[in-house]
Amino acid sequence: MHEIRWAHSSVLKKISLIPSLVFGLAITLGSSPNHAAEPNAVLNLYSARHYQTDEALYANFTKSTGIKINRIEADDNALLERLNSEGAKSPADVILLVDAARLWRAQVNGMFRPIQSKVLDQRIPANLRAKADADGTTWFGFSTRARIMVYNKDRIKPDDVNTYEKLADPINKGKVCTRSGSHPYMLSLVGALIERDGTAATEKWAKGMVANMARAPKGGDTDQIRAVASGECAVALTNSYYLARLMRSTKPEDIAALAKLGHIWPNQNAGGVHINISGGGVAKNAPNPQAAVKFLEYLASDAAQIYLADGNNEWPVVAGVKLDNPALKALGPYQVEKVSVAAIGRNQVAAQRILDQAGFR
Amino acid sequence: MRISSIFLALTLNLPILGLILAALLGQPSPIGSDGMVSGSTLTHLWNYVLTDYIVTTLLLCFGVGIGVFILGVGNAWLIANYQFPGKAIFEWALILPLAVPAYVMAYLFVDFLQHAGPVQTMLRENLGLTMSLPDPRSLGGAMWTFTMCLYPYVYLVARTSFLDRSARFMEVAETLGYTSVEAFIKLVLPMARPAIFTGIALALMEVLADFGAVSYFGLQTFATGIFKAWLSFGDRSAAVHLSLMLLSFVLMVFYWERHNRARQRYAPTNTNTRPAIPKRLVGSHALYAFLFCALTLIFAFILPMAVLFDLVSEQGLEMDSRYWAWLKNSLSLSAFTAILAVLCALFLAYAARLTQSKTLQGVNRLLTVGYALPGAVLGVGILSLLGLLDIAWLMSISVGVLVYAYLIRFLSAGLQSIETGLTRITPAMDGTAALLGAKPLEMIWRIHLPLLKRSVLTALLFVFVDVMKELPATLLLRPFNLDTLAVATYQLAADERLTELALPALSIVLVGLLPVILLSRAIAQKR
Repeated sequence: MHEIRWAHSSVLKKISLIPSLVFGLAITLGSSPNHAAEPNAVLNLYSARHYQTDEALYANFTKSTGIKINRIEADDNALLERLNSEGAKSPADVILLVDAARLWRAQVNGMFRPIQSKVLDQRIPANLRAKADADGTTWFGFSTRARIMVYNKDRIKPDDVNTYEKLADPINKGKVCTRSGSHPYMLSLVGALIERDGTAATEKWAKGMVANMARAPKGGDTDQIRAVASGECAVALTNSYYLARLMRSTKPEDIAALAKLGHIWPNQNAGGVHINISGGGVAKNAPNPQAAVKFLEYLASDAAQIYLADGNNEWPVVAGVKLDNPALKALGPYQVEKVSVAAIGRNQVAAQRILDQAGFR
Repeated sequence: MRISSIFLALTLNLPILGLILAALLGQPSPIGSDGMVSGSTLTHLWNYVLTDYIVTTLLLCFGVGIGVFILGVGNAWLIANYQFPGKAIFEWALILPLAVPAYVMAYLFVDFLQHAGPVQTMLRENLGLTMSLPDPRSLGGAMWTFTMCLYPYVYLVARTSFLDRSARFMEVAETLGYTSVEAFIKLVLPMARPAIFTGIALALMEVLADFGAVSYFGLQTFATGIFKAWLSFGDRSAAVHLSLMLLSFVLMVFYWERHNRARQRYAPTNTNTRPAIPKRLVGSHALYAFLFCALTLIFAFILPMAVLFDLVSEQGLEMDSRYWAWLKNSLSLSAFTAILAVLCALFLAYAARLTQSKTLQGVNRLLTVGYALPGAVLGVGILSLLGLLDIAWLMSISVGVLVYAYLIRFLSAGLQSIETGLTRITPAMDGTAALLGAKPLEMIWRIHLPLLKRSVLTALLFVFVDVMKELPATLLLRPFNLDTLAVATYQLAADERLTELALPALSIVLVGLLPVILLSRAIAQKR
């Protein structure tokens, strides 16, 4: 046995080279040439937008500018962690996020490079972008979505659920459905409520919500809408674009579901509906900063705004963009809350704490 | 040899080191005016939610453990010992669910059975059903789904173990006057215990590492706690602490299992065992056996596939260029990683075998940790590590980082298969070959390779299918423009487009089926 072991060793010395070869190979393989390309001929995009309809939006930019877009799509926090680890050598040029609190957190963590753009300053309303300082503005909102209610016409009177606060009222016991209290859309809503009603009232609200639930929070917003239509829940919170998508669906089961549903713009005479923002800015260490600014300005163009409105049923931020989306038109004008993005961002941890304490899963 | 082996294994354990360092050095990212420091995130979680999460996690593991035991051992027992109608098909078809990722099974199960889904709607509208049926989005639903996806792990190992041993033992048992059930419980089951335990452990590690399917069921497990700390509280350090807790739990279970196994070593099977002659079942017994296997197959594979095909036909086959890119990326990543993993596994297994070093064996054991590491936790570990080394930018332009993550996660699956194969090649065989004048390379080429062929193939297939299904690490670490079928499925689910995700989901299953069928054929031939 001993001899055999000895005899093996020369062969195995050769085999031992395998691991080092393997790693060298793995690192070099698949290195994309784009990194070394001419500056501003490509754009490296880190996007948390998870909407299939954005393909056309990006393709159109490449077509009109010749700038190729390299894309990584992931959850907001995964992207922010990644940027964090990459540090000064990060290839990211533009960061797009889909939640106000996340935008705020990215700004506070210094992920954005402030920019000065007349086009963006002019086209994007001041309340939908970061506060500018001497260096410029860090991020801009490009579309908005509202957190609205859908209800089952057979099971509830709309007047009983026309504010967020009323959802937690004992008259709605056993009727309310929402997605998980850990989801950013819920956290931002609760963050806004903390700002509007105060911490104590929001704690009470969270407990009332938990007492009123028809089922433990689960599923996405579309699931809530379907559960309301099927009668499992009487009323549910959802982002507006999920309802609009359903309104534009041609599938028979969607049309049947829609017939049972009504929707409510909450708090129309009591502080306005909560809206959330999808937006972004130039990454702090962007290797292609000019392409990045060009891309952001493109997102504020009429064409891109129409893509956002038509594709994902979001509201454009640029005033006077002509909408050609029947669902958005039907959802109609509404009164919006006056809560700053910074407040929603700051309140996020408090919101999670309140929901956990109330047992809002 | 020894040094490079230790080096390779350590390289693959670096991210865990990264995690520990991050836990020690980590400072929470700055949050708002009332942002909490790490200690208070953990205290908050402990006070309000963590107990719940731990209880749910343990219940889920318990339920899935029992489920995979019943289906895995039950089917393996029937297949290994009896002859009944349909057996020839069941024997290989029972492993087909391996190709279905748990998150896809979860989407299908919930969509099909929920209150607003087709079954309950039909019952309400056509039969006037008023009472509400159990919600599929529940602990029970999750147990069911995981059991259906994961029982093949137990089935595969239990079947091999029964085939190797039961023939002789059943005959001995018969002469002792045991009924076949008694013999099974008193003799066969205890002897197969290490194998069955390994199968169950594999299944439960998948459960612990899962986040996608669990969250789809609206369950809150320990993984939820990790994500809550990380995502809602923005506290990476607290998340890392929790990850390390999960990891030490898994290590404890492992240690316990090894310890148990060490005390329970049975004499190795002789090479000249007679093949078992399966007993022919007739009448009602044959029917029960048939039903047991058939129902397993229907619920774990045929029904989910039918629902998936139905969704695809509803959506129509739209295979645009994006689809082909997903397919190409998935295939090439899986194949490349599988080959690499098997090369590494061969090297590590040979190093341990030839040096007979306890250290190297221990080092190889250490690699199993990767399998139990939740993909997202592994991702954070790698990010921390790359961040410390200041080379994280590599991950955007090279697929190397992602492949590295896959190796950490799945090398152990390949390694186990190859180690098992190597144990079948006894030192006496090496000695005989040497006596007959075979040179080392010649021996490897002419004796080891043919004997190892099946193990190598199995290892390749396992890694291939696992990479194909892997999601969290892929999401976190992939380079630019490299969307895979799994990523596409996930993105479509995140966008709440269930019908659109049917095609990529179906593709994962179909591509995963190819190697699984190869594996099944190998199994069938072995008889």
